[in-house]
Amino acid sequence: MADPMRIRAQASGDKATVRVLMSHEMESGQRKDASGKLVPAWFIQEVTAKLNGKDVFSAEWGPAVSKNPFLQFAVKGAKAGDKIAVTWKDNKGESRTDEATVS
Amino acid sequence: MNKRNKKLALLITLPLMFTSWAAAQSQAEKDIDKYREMIADGNPADLWDAKGEALWKKKAGPKNASLEQCDLGLGPGVVKGAYVSLPRYFADANKVMDLEVRLSYCMKTLQGIDVKDQNYNKDDHKNIIALATYVAAASQGMPVNVPQSHPEEKRMYETGKIAFFYRAGPYDFSCATCHNADDKRIRLQGLPNLTKNEPAGRAFTSWPAYRVSNAQLWPMQKRIDDCLRLQRFPAPKFGSEATIALSVYMGVNGKGVKSLAPAIKR
Repeated sequence: MADPMRIRAQASGDKATVRVLMSHEMESGQRKDASGKLVPAWFIQEVTAKLNGKDVFSAEWGPAVSKNPFLQFAVKGAKAGDKIAVTWKDNKGESRTDEATVS
Repeated sequence: MNKRNKKLALLITLPLMFTSWAAAQSQAEKDIDKYREMIADGNPADLWDAKGEALWKKKAGPKNASLEQCDLGLGPGVVKGAYVSLPRYFADANKVMDLEVRLSYCMKTLQGIDVKDQNYNKDDHKNIIALATYVAAASQGMPVNVPQSHPEEKRMYETGKIAFFYRAGPYDFSCATCHNADDKRIRLQGLPNLTKNEPAGRAFTSWPAYRVSNAQLWPMQKRIDDCLRLQRFPAPKFGSEATIALSVYMGVNGKGVKSLAPAIKR
């Protein structure tokens, strides 16, 4: 099981700002290790977020995104107490979902 | 901003935030501080903090115990405030220990885990890095208060002072060569004056920190190890007396300064 994400969501007015810090190596597949071998590509390909079970955000990522990606987005219509769930899927088929409550 | 642009932006910026400025801040410096605030939000050190918290509470090792009874100086299990009062003397080990040495000690005595290879980031040492980040984060904002009541603690301060000014190695460098004056820099890296309260306190509490340039989390032992590497000194052993002494020297000099850890660095 991959390491947990840190999700913070703060409501202000009729929208909430969601900040996510994901723990992931994000290997581009271009890097060479100490012995000169190519380190195989391993990166998050899809990120989705749900507000109280409803899809509100999706993203397709590629090898250009850096290690331990930080993502920030705003969701309209979110208020304190709502649940935000963020899911990522990587090219090896691994995935991780974490939840947070909007404050 | 991708990693490369971030590196470029940091490379063309002025010295680090804990350098003391004699003159008023220029607009460039103000903008850099704003940039630092931005990257501090979502500091990847938070990931190590979370991992460390999980390791603190998880039963592990041959003794199948958690670290929740570990005494970091303020009593068994007390984490908040421990980081700003380390290094200190521990009667059960009969020596002055810093945070990482103490965590290694607790892993050994409570869990039965012998962190044999204490080289940076190897196996069990990864856990010490995460635990150190967790313990440091719990003291964020608290004033530095490294104790000087036990004779060993006082001896460590004096030893640290001697070590700080001790010139050696092929370049005849001491710590003081770079860190004994205000407003100095090496290339584009500011050099804090570690003999003064504010810069010493900020430097002392800046580690553990996440280093953007190599995506690594560096605790204090690693930072001192790297300073010695730059001085072309032989590599110190993990938790050696010299490294603890230098830590005590900086900590005592930085008394009262509010803790920054875990920080984010270039």
